[in-house]
Parts: sequence; C-alpha cells; structure tokens
Amino acid sequence: MGQTIIEKIIAAHCGRKVQPGEIVWLELDIVSARDFGGPNVVKNYEREYGDQPVFDPDRVVFTFDLCVPACTLKYADNQQICRLFAKRHGLRVFDVDCGIGSHVMIEEGLAGPGKTLVGTDSHLNIMGAVGCFGQGMGDVDITFSFKTGRTWFEVPRTVKVRLTGQPSPWATPKDLTLYLCKMLGTKQVALKAVEFVGEPVKQFSLTGRITLCSMVTEMAGIIGFIPELNGKTTQELMALPGFNLEEWPEPDPDADYENEISIDVSGLPPQVAVPYLPHKVKPITEVKGTPIDSGFIGSCTNGRVEDFRQAADILKGKKIKPGVILKCVPATRRVYQTLLEEGILEILFRSGAVVSNPGCGGCAEGHIGLTGEGEVQISTANRNFYGKQGKGQTYLASPAVVAASCLAGEIISPEEI
Amino acid sequence: MKEGLIQGRLWVLTNDQGRLIEDIDTDQIYHNAYLHITDRRLMGQYALGNLAGWEDFARRAKPGDIIIAGRNFGAGSSRQQAVDCFLALGIAAIVAPSFGAIYFRNAVNSALPVIRCPAVENLVANGQLATGDEVRLSLLSGEGENLTQGIKFNFPPFSGVQLAIIQAGGLFAYAHQLEKR
Ligand code: SF4
Repeated sequence: MGQTIIEKIIAAHCGRKVQPGEIVWLELDIVSARDFGGPNVVKNYEREYGDQPVFDPDRVVFTFDLCVPACTLKYADNQQICRLFAKRHGLRVFDVDCGIGSHVMIEEGLAGPGKTLVGTDSHLNIMGAVGCFGQGMGDVDITFSFKTGRTWFEVPRTVKVRLTGQPSPWATPKDLTLYLCKMLGTKQVALKAVEFVGEPVKQFSLTGRITLCSMVTEMAGIIGFIPELNGKTTQELMALPGFNLEEWPEPDPDADYENEISIDVSGLPPQVAVPYLPHKVKPITEVKGTPIDSGFIGSCTNGRVEDFRQAADILKGKKIKPGVILKCVPATRRVYQTLLEEGILEILFRSGAVVSNPGCGGCAEGHIGLTGEGEVQISTANRNFYGKQGKGQTYLASPAVVAASCLAGEIISPEEI
Repeated sequence: MKEGLIQGRLWVLTNDQGRLIEDIDTDQIYHNAYLHITDRRLMGQYALGNLAGWEDFARRAKPGDIIIAGRNFGAGSSRQQAVDCFLALGIAAIVAPSFGAIYFRNAVNSALPVIRCPAVENLVANGQLATGDEVRLSLLSGEGENLTQGIKFNFPPFSGVQLAIIQAGGLFAYAHQLEKR
C-alpha cells in the first residue's frame, strides 16, 4: 500500500514506514516559539532543564509577531524574557520588526518541502503551502521539543478533497477557501490531513496556497497539502532560499485515503463568513448591504503582496467612505518593502487607509487595535469567533471584498465598484 | 489515578436549549485578554469565563469535578492556559465526542485526562448524563458509569505514549522518567 504525503513526511522523520493511528516520535527540523507561548516555554525550560543547552541552537528560533512592537508592559517583558533566553543559548530571534513568524520562516527557507516544523502558533499548518509539515503546539510540547528536537505524534488519516469547475472571475483563493470552510465544516476533515487536488487549486499561486492552508485550522484539520503545481507557482517556490523541488512531497498513486470528497466550485461568487464562525459562510449576495464601520487587510491568511495588490486595484484613485476605517498590516517586512517599491503603499495611503508595520495586527491584542462593542468589521483574517478581535462583529472575506466594502461603507462585491 | 480510575461530579456544558455546546474554542475557555498570565494558580478564575451561560463556572466548580462538552472542544489557538485553567480548579477529566488537535495534546502533556467519547452526545440528549450526576471513568478499560442513574457507557481506552504520559503526570515527568532508565 502506498503512502499519502503526511505518511511520507512522518516516515522520513521517524525512520520507518508508519500507519495512520500509530503514535510515533517525530524528529523535528525547526522548533519555534513566538511572543505568546514563548515566555511560558522559557519558564518551563528553565524549571525542567536549568541551563542545559537546547538540542540544536541553529534549529530553534523565536518569532515575535503578535504584539509588535509591544504595546503593553507585560508583552514588552515577555518578549524580553525570550530575547535574553535566546542570547544565552545562541538562538536566532526574528524580532518585532520582522512580521508574522510563519511567513518569515517561509521567506527565510526554514520551512521547506518535506521538512517538519513546530511552534506555539496554532496556524503553523500554513506550512503545508510549501510542502512542509508544520504544527502548532502548546508551550509544554514546545519546551520538550526545544530540549529534545522531537515530539510525539499520532499519524492522522488523509482525506482527499477534489475541487472541480470554474469559479466566477471575482472568486479569489480566499473565496474558495471560505467556501471549503462552509462545505467541510469542522467535522469532515477534523483531525485529518487533507490533500487538495483539482484544477482550481492547482492554479493557486503561493499566496493562494498560504490562504487555503492557513484555514485548515478552522476546518479542524491537522494540515493541508496541495500536491499539484503549476509553472508559475513552481517559479515562486524556487525563488525561496534553499528550496529543493526534488523534496516536493507527492502521494503515491496507490496511497490509502480515508475518503475522497468532491466539491464543485463552478461559477462560485465571492463568499463572506458571518459572525461568529468561520464556516458560517454565505455568498456575498446574501450579506450585501450590511453596513460596516471598519475593514482589516492582513493576517497570516491574506497579508501577502498579491493580497494587497488585489486591494490596491480596487482602491486606486478612490477614497474610503468617510467614517470607515481600513487597517492594513503587511505580513512581513519583505512584503512591506515590495508594497513600498511597487507603489501599493501609496495607493493604500491615498485611499485613506491606515497602514502599519508588519505583524499579526488584528488578532488577539495586536498592535493595530481592536473592535469596540457594536462595531462591524470586515476582515481578511481567518477567525471571527466572538471576542477574537474585540467586542465587535467580524465578517471574513477576501482582500478585494474588504477593499470594495470600505469604499461603499457596506458589504459589496468588487464587481460593483 | 494510578489505576486509571476517576470519579467525580459532572458538569454538562449545555446551552439554554439544554443541548451540548459544540466547537467551544480556546477564547471561550480562556480569553486572550489573560494570556499574559504565566502563573497557573491565577488562571482558574477565568476558566470558561467567555462562554455564554457559563461565566461563573470557576466559582461553582470543585476539585475532582468532571466536565462533559460537545464535539471539537478546545478548537482554536494553541494556548496552554486553556488546559491549565482547569488544572488550577482541580478538574479531574474532560469528556467530549472529539477535541481540537492541539488542545488534546496540551491536555495529555499536562496529564489532564481528555476522553474521546462519541456516546456522550446521545446520553446527554436522553438525559442519561446530567449536571450533578456522579460518574466513574476507567481510562484503562474505557468503561464509564453514571453512578447516579445506573447507566454504563464505553469509550476508546488510553494506550501507548499517551497513557504513559498521563500516568507519569505529564510530558516533563515522563521525559525525566525516560532519562533515569
Ligand atoms: S495573523 Fe492571527 S491567526 Fe495568523 S498567526 Fe497571527 S495571530 Fe495567528
């Protein structure tokens, strides 16, 4: 019997063939911690292991992205606790100026095809976009992995999800992703690995792949992979440092899947997730006209250059409706630089948007602020749980829909601008 | 815990229609406003503090109590505090049809027994498991019993590394045991 992608990667990191359901000790290529979870890791580490060295200082990193630069004393202290630990142990720190940890690790080539990576960020399965097995874990797990370079893992079963049909021209990867959240809910791929196949996802750029893979978390899946590549995306991947195409993981033709789910996306219009669940998704026609107070473009799901280009195409030469605030947060410093060089920052600025330094921005108590009670926000992020971004209501959509809605002051499809 | 036996009073997390609440996420369990807290003892007071109808759970729970929740309990972020807050209150076990993947690991690593038991959905719907009932669970055999109502049920028992970690008292204790061998 052949192996699925996840089975292959796990097998290569535990030295033998594995079966779904087995619990194995997995060797890790990279172990990371961020500004949430990181200080707890340091505290656990010093309590359990004193000043013993980490398993490999070149493979343990800190990434600060949630509250950057720190806007409360507590976060400032927590980040400093991590910095001092990193100094003592000779570890790299991607500090408050770098951007979202997962994206930085992709850009830096720390996450690559066939590798294994864990950290305290629950969206690390985003690494599936570059063929890497990434997994978010709690601080106890990560402390143990700092010391040992390993983790225990239950080999998941794999579900194949096949997309068919040709979506509408206004449907971006985010719209397909939201639609998949709706169709798959939190049951169909729960605790499973997913392989997304079919022409619509094969055509996704690296940015689109990041969007889809980041939201496998919201589908309650372990990780998603998109094995089929197109020429342009292959070029994009090859441009990443240290990227080795030969390591690109593909399933065996006779791999064993739990099941195959086929989803038709023919003519799919833009999609919007309504409060307070990412899988409460409706076609935009059903929420059209909902008044909004603010918009957010960014996050690990939609914070790349392509995402902002999408928004800029709509905002160019126009003004955001008075009274509406649009907040833009590039995923990383490199994204920020490209936005600057391509003139996209200027378009955003002139349209009236707030543009901040890179990072997670809108999540948790991020640096770009929260929503107040009664505020309605439309966001490109991945979660709209109650209380996640403040007390307001959050709708989830693509960058194009967010940009268009901020011009109109109500939820609207970009095709109407 | 050595023999893997747990007995305690039940809290069934239901909504105002009496149904098990599904998809309870880590922000509802332990809100991100308190993530900066690193001392476990201070975390108990916030347990379920953001779950509608259960905001006062921390004041009503007693050490040794057992929680039953709907499927996908602990969805969302990787915060360990969402496990630690229950440990701080002395909660003995959490039973649900399924758990968020990260949450499940975090609980095992902290030796909080998290029991995957699809049967609870029907049992709760039929009133055969209710808040206040006294329940006994055997982690090794996968047998559960509602002592108040005299009803038995089953779940997949713990095995392998997971059982070893829980019995050792958590991942760190387990790792230190391995070092000593
Ligand atoms: S943008 Fe939000 S969801 Fe993504 S890694 Fe940052 S905090 Fe997590």
